[in-house]
Amino acid sequence: MTARRHAIGVGRTRVPLGPVYGGMLVLLYLPIAVLFVFSFNAGTTLSFPLEGFTFDWYAAVLDNAALLDAARNSLVVGIASATLATTIGCLVAVAVLRFRFRGRALLLAMAGLPLVVPFVVMGVAFFLLFVAFDIPRSLATVAIGHSVIAIPYATLIVLARLSGLDPALEDAAMDLGATYPTTLRRVVLPLIGPTLLSAWLTCFIVSFDEIALAIFLVGGDPTFPVFLYGQLRFAQRLPVLIAMAVLLMIGTIALTLVAMRLRAKET
Amino acid sequence: MLGRRGILKFLVVPSFAWLALFFVLPLVLIAAFSVRVGSGAVDPSDPWVLSTEQFGKVLGTPAFVRLLGISVVMAMGIAALATVLAYPVAYFLTFRAGARAPLYLTLLLVPFAVSYLLRVMAWKLMLGPEGGINSLLGTLGLTDEPLELLLYSRPAVIITLVYVWIPFATLPIYAAMQRIERGHHEAAADLGAGPWARFWRVTVPLSLPGALATFFMVFIPTVGEYVTPTLVGGADGIMYGNIIQGFFTRSANWPLGSAMAMIMLALTLLVVAVALRVIDLRRVAA
Repeated sequence: MTARRHAIGVGRTRVPLGPVYGGMLVLLYLPIAVLFVFSFNAGTTLSFPLEGFTFDWYAAVLDNAALLDAARNSLVVGIASATLATTIGCLVAVAVLRFRFRGRALLLAMAGLPLVVPFVVMGVAFFLLFVAFDIPRSLATVAIGHSVIAIPYATLIVLARLSGLDPALEDAAMDLGATYPTTLRRVVLPLIGPTLLSAWLTCFIVSFDEIALAIFLVGGDPTFPVFLYGQLRFAQRLPVLIAMAVLLMIGTIALTLVAMRLRAKET
Repeated sequence: MLGRRGILKFLVVPSFAWLALFFVLPLVLIAAFSVRVGSGAVDPSDPWVLSTEQFGKVLGTPAFVRLLGISVVMAMGIAALATVLAYPVAYFLTFRAGARAPLYLTLLLVPFAVSYLLRVMAWKLMLGPEGGINSLLGTLGLTDEPLELLLYSRPAVIITLVYVWIPFATLPIYAAMQRIERGHHEAAADLGAGPWARFWRVTVPLSLPGALATFFMVFIPTVGEYVTPTLVGGADGIMYGNIIQGFFTRSANWPLGSAMAMIMLALTLLVVAVALRVIDLRRVAA
């Protein structure tokens, strides 16, 4: 036993950590389970005994145009902001890692700093920007805001992958006569393709769930979290919202798993 | 055909322009609004009279200063709690979970992908006066009237935010622990250190940068929170961020709100500067 312990290298202090982890999982999944159960419950409050099983709320989702619009808005904003953020993150990462130029540190700082500015500050800052330049707030302004807060994630993810890539691969391609753009397109892009997709999905998820910034940026069309936030005080509408949320939850979890799998494959 | 210079321009110009226009410029604007006179929803084209009166107003209002203090202390407490609770989980994943660690980590992170508004709502469903716990207690005949459990108070905000952050808080600690060479523990054991001595004198010091990274990564978004306090904090649980939000929505006062936002930004950047001095981010971020 002692020998085995040494082989593992870490002493067993006999503190039962498995149950600690298990307890944490229960705590984390309990609210999700509650939402799931509630979405099939016939009543509009979570009182025991439950009032019976129903699919009505899921059916009602399809009749609720405002709800579906909000979900569609979030989808549009998520796709637009993730595409913008991944593009810029990728440009910054390649520039910073493969070139020496004046303002290099500044560019990297600008791409990373949105991560440390509290959302309420960024929110009011955007609010003033769009007011000062008389730009009506809309889904486009939300997408712009979300692209900025997602840029640090995209930059860091692409940087991490690119710094693990041997620059000799690019040198070899160029020695063989490829121009730098061709090298980027034919050598670098295929190599970091899955990383880009994973970065895009991460940015999409950041945007899809974001509310603190979006509240300051939406015009007449709310994103799903903003819509949800506005509806929370009406108890009788809760079950329909939760049914929709369960559907979105399944989608988000699937996306998260794909993003994690893509990144795990590369490291 | 593009030369290397041309490529660099293609890489740098759009990204630099986007960040300058939509990250730096908005921050410059609140800085500008925070040093002008006036109140309410100021027309940006009004003449600019520069003054520090907005900062004077913020610092001269004890309620604002007190709320800022409370928010900073709350964010520190939440960050500390999340770090302490995430630590044994990260330890379990690194040293006990073995080959199943990736699966266990995935299980831990999945809830983080679920809208946090909804997770908060789920707690409200359970804890509220008409919620699951109260109705369960009532049905069993244990209570006569609903308990006003945790909802609408400062502790409710703290519990909710700690809960929301724990999965994420595990990551930097886990990353730091994974880089601890197993040889260190073997050497300590060979030199006669027992399990606890090895934990306190090898594992803890070597994983400290990860724990500190967790602390700061939770502190920064938490100190500016206003959504969660609105949802579960009620009137007693509001934070500094709620006041800022209020000055840009219900009771418009942009210059004063801008000054409050600038104070929050300065404070956060100070914390980041301290964090960068204390921990080597390059070692943590990998």
